[in-house]
Amino acid sequence: MTATGIEYVRPTDLEAAVALVAEDPDAAFLAGGTTELDLALKDQVVHPNRFVDIGRLPLRGVTRDGDRLRVAALTTMEELAADATVRDRLPFVREALLLGASTQLRNMATIGGNLLQRTRCRYFRDPEVGACNKREPGSGCAAIEGVARMHAILGAGPSCIALHASDLCVPLVAMDAEVDLLDADGTRTVPLTEFYRTPGDRPDVENVLRHGELITHVQVPLLPDGVRSGYLKVRDRTSYEFATTSAAAAIRVEDGTITWARLGLGGVGTVPWRAWEAERVLNGAPANERTFRAAAEAAIRDPFTVPGTAFKVELAKRTIVRILRTVVTP
Amino acid sequence: MSSATTARSTQVTVELRVNGRTYPARLDSTTTLLDALRDELHLTGTKKGCDQGACGACTVLRDGKRIVSCLTLAAQCDGSEITTIEGLAEDGEPHPVQDAFVRHDALQCGYCTAGQVMSAVALLREGRAGSDDEIREFMSGNLCRCAAYPNIVAAIREVADS
Repeated sequence: MTATGIEYVRPTDLEAAVALVAEDPDAAFLAGGTTELDLALKDQVVHPNRFVDIGRLPLRGVTRDGDRLRVAALTTMEELAADATVRDRLPFVREALLLGASTQLRNMATIGGNLLQRTRCRYFRDPEVGACNKREPGSGCAAIEGVARMHAILGAGPSCIALHASDLCVPLVAMDAEVDLLDADGTRTVPLTEFYRTPGDRPDVENVLRHGELITHVQVPLLPDGVRSGYLKVRDRTSYEFATTSAAAAIRVEDGTITWARLGLGGVGTVPWRAWEAERVLNGAPANERTFRAAAEAAIRDPFTVPGTAFKVELAKRTIVRILRTVVTP
Repeated sequence: MSSATTARSTQVTVELRVNGRTYPARLDSTTTLLDALRDELHLTGTKKGCDQGACGACTVLRDGKRIVSCLTLAAQCDGSEITTIEGLAEDGEPHPVQDAFVRHDALQCGYCTAGQVMSAVALLREGRAGSDDEIREFMSGNLCRCAAYPNIVAAIREVADS
């Protein structure tokens, strides 16, 4: 065991936790640990000098408030997947949760941590690689010229093609989920679709969180009556693998016409991707293959590809068509 | 333990409760549960495979739920009930899952086996052994490079059916 020089503290209330991170630019929250300990202790690409362990703070559990679900940020993935309301009223959220990681990791990983998981880009996660604009702003991007099968084609650009690999976030952006944030100045609520930042010329800035600010809850509207949902994950092995492409769809069909449509995409975006253009195609259109293909074409418009990711353009479209077909077919 | 931060310390004092015994320990703050079990408590049944959350060899139970001990700090487990492979036998009799693994020859080199067994014990408690497909899906966090998978599934299946 090598000494890492990292301090460990376990405050007993939220305000103290926020203060302990806010006061030190190199302090970091520690929740489930599946991302933070991996990056800090194993890959050694982030360098905190203090872990503020929030794991036992009273931020656990799921409550229903009318047609909304309020998920405390330290609820684990397994706990959320087991929730009765999620099972009945947000089935595609449950599917996405259970298709992610392994049971061991789902017993550890928290919902807040899932939203904040860092990219699996192997160049970002390898400190021997010099060129990574996300790790070292201005240093370049090794992935652009590298092995990029698991990288993004939407929201990407010459500075960064790192993928946001969450499954859970795909149905959450489709549902207009919101995150409640807390820091020393108070609380605010941000729609998940506005929480993430595409890389632009600052790939190191991934979301709107300020240092010391904490996700306390995720609010998710429940699916309206008559809406069917599903999550399709396409990947290189059957289980325990990140998505190559994925899609979360929620659709209501009345008399052959789509009257309510939501679509989120995974495996393709630098941020969890809401397919707004595809939804516009779907709404009011007949529920048939022609509509589904048109929606898919609208969803994957102007992709930024490199040789390793070019195959994802067609694969993502077919993923969309298949989940739409699956969801509308009783 | 104290959360006082007046004196910055990179050491922690913890009480690890493992297999019903309490072990006080003074550790570097970033010591993983896996390293604490093996190097401090000398409970070497739990194995270090990838040491990065990918292989499941280090699976243990924390308060009854399976986790990977390589991505857990010992400090995070202060006061939690940990169960390792050494804690499964009762009165010298192997746990039914251990017994089934032996009879089904559910291993070759054996390095992943402690993790497989701990994961299988949890899987049975979770009620996720309804079919071979379900067993395969919910055991997917435990890799076996010898590919003893068919026999692992058969062993779990037998315990689930008994």
